[in-house]
Amino acid sequence: MANFGFKISTPRSIDLDNADRTLYEQMLEMVPSYRYCIGCGGCTATCSAGQFTDFNIRKTHFLFSRRQYDKLTTDMLPEVDLNKCMLCGKCSLVCPRGVNTRGLIVEMRKLLLN
Amino acid sequence: MFSLFVIPFCLGVLALLAISVIKYYNWIKGFDRMQQTLVRKNILSWKFLPAIWEMFRECLLHWRITKHNVVLGYMHRSLAFGWFLLIVVGAVQAVLAYPNGHPLYVGIFFNFFEPHHPVAPNAALPFMANLMDALLLYVFTGLTLAMVKMFWSKLLGMKRTTRHNMTDRVAKFALWCIFPLRLLAEGATSALYHNGGFLVVAVGNVMNGLGLAGTVFEYHLWVLYSLALGIFFSLMPFTRYMHIFTEVLLIYFRKMGLRDNDKKSGYTMFELSACSRCGICIDGCPINRELGVTDIQGVYLLQAIRNKDLRNRAESIANMCMVCGRCSAECPVGIDLEPIRRQVRAERVKAIDNPDGLQYLKSLHHFNAVGRVAYFAGCMSHLTPGIPEAMEQIFRAAGQSYWYMDEEGTVCCGRPLQQQGLVREAQALRDRNKSMIKKSKATMLMTSCPICYQSFSKDYKLDIPVMHHSQYIDMLLKTGKIKVEHSDMRVTYHDPCELGRGCGVYDEPRRVVAAAATLIPTHEEREKSLCCGYNLGNISIDGSQQQLIRDAALRNLMEPNPDMIATACPMCKKAMTRGNNAQVNDIAEIIAKQLIEN
Repeated sequence: MANFGFKISTPRSIDLDNADRTLYEQMLEMVPSYRYCIGCGGCTATCSAGQFTDFNIRKTHFLFSRRQYDKLTTDMLPEVDLNKCMLCGKCSLVCPRGVNTRGLIVEMRKLLLN
Repeated sequence: MFSLFVIPFCLGVLALLAISVIKYYNWIKGFDRMQQTLVRKNILSWKFLPAIWEMFRECLLHWRITKHNVVLGYMHRSLAFGWFLLIVVGAVQAVLAYPNGHPLYVGIFFNFFEPHHPVAPNAALPFMANLMDALLLYVFTGLTLAMVKMFWSKLLGMKRTTRHNMTDRVAKFALWCIFPLRLLAEGATSALYHNGGFLVVAVGNVMNGLGLAGTVFEYHLWVLYSLALGIFFSLMPFTRYMHIFTEVLLIYFRKMGLRDNDKKSGYTMFELSACSRCGICIDGCPINRELGVTDIQGVYLLQAIRNKDLRNRAESIANMCMVCGRCSAECPVGIDLEPIRRQVRAERVKAIDNPDGLQYLKSLHHFNAVGRVAYFAGCMSHLTPGIPEAMEQIFRAAGQSYWYMDEEGTVCCGRPLQQQGLVREAQALRDRNKSMIKKSKATMLMTSCPICYQSFSKDYKLDIPVMHHSQYIDMLLKTGKIKVEHSDMRVTYHDPCELGRGCGVYDEPRRVVAAAATLIPTHEEREKSLCCGYNLGNISIDGSQQQLIRDAALRNLMEPNPDMIATACPMCKKAMTRGNNAQVNDIAEIIAKQLIEN
């Protein structure tokens, strides 16, 4: 394609009506407190792995709850690589909503693998 | 000396022996290499003697259960020791009566054969008959308590008892039938021939009075008694009653130094079968007490692993646990449940156990700390900055040069991953921390977090000493390197699960608290301490459930109305500070505040 010095962005709107909800529903069943998340980012700020890398749990949770599973698997960005988690538990302890964040991470890893 | 009715009993005993031998042979063959080496090394050592004492104390006298509750201990003892003596004394009785040889079952059915086969003249025989009756009476007292327990378990110190499956119930019914049937059969014989001791003669007289005496009636009762024995023995290998023999062997293997590993081995099978499903683990479990979940305790985990149909259940059971260790501490058989849980969890997360994601740890730089104490605060201490600050103050006061190893950011010790069964990832973290400690050439490792302490002292196999800060401060106080001013503040101490039950460190933190304040005891402490609810072993419950467990622990600590709660774990501190009006401090903070500058 010719280089015009600019490009057209791919549309970023998410069609929630037609999105595949199965994984998300399964997750809510296994970790019911997931629905309490307000996306404050406290988990990401305190994350032990986040001190050494650009790992971002909040972003991971967001992509998952928007059913953008492919962004977490096929075109995985480095900051949403859940394998970086050390399961140290600081995120659970700082969460103001009492979300079981560690359960979320382990279950998400399992769900996304299949 | 033979009668057809002994056949069910003999078949039952043969089946029991054959199946047990096959099972034990397979399990021993299934020991891993380390376990095999230990057995070979220790099988003929002096360890046999303490093992025999423990077998006698635990399998027959049920000492640990007695310590838990005297009546419950009596119930188990009268059934186990009473029956054991019935068998032994019965065998002696048979030898005295028939010194020229007799089939082995005569010891069990002595009263039936006695009238038909002349016995050797022996003055001890009437005494033996009375002794046998006294023993039978002893067993009956236990049996009565067991029946009371079925309907009113609180009388025997148990709020909840185990829900048993069908085979267990049938076997229990057969067991409960054995002793009354024995008495009735012996009574019926006594009604005809007037033999037996005081109890049997009394039953015989009643039968005569009722006009029940008769050879056909007598024979049928002996058949029923033999059937009950036969059914019980042949069911034994498939029910919880397998624990009777397995516990004996387990005690021996444990004395030889065998332990459970990351993989299920033959030794695990011994532990699984040594569980008598007594249900003592249920009452103490915080998940039961505060969340009302009554089907995930140790007894149900072991049952689910043993039963092939319940394998899927085992995963969710293992996952729900807090790993606070209260059940293992109370288990009268001493089964170590944590490794067994981890094995089940590992099976569940096998597919995602991939250490590649942790490659970034390799790029972290190293540090030189020759001759210094390496201080590993731990992840959780970074959320309670007061603890590392207090420790730095204490280091300075003691004139100790130190290296704050994880000041810039913590690499986890690996125990949380290990607890979830992600063993390869945990190993990657351990490798990294180990090489960092080794290259620093530090003289000692000190940590503020009990989780890290347990990991470093048990899983790392470092060649330098590892201490928790409670032990380190205790040592500084003992050697006089730091001095503190005693205040009259009243303090209760919370035992962190990982430090207390996990590592057996109970006295050091108490001495430290007592040096700076007045320590007051609480109702449930030391081995019985309550989990703060935030234990990292659990990834199944959420914040609201954690709070319920924490509130129970706080109620116990606040009961004596202290001025402050002390603990030795950053996570317990963080958990209890919220939702509580009283001040919660780590012992390091208390000491730092009371330091007397030289």
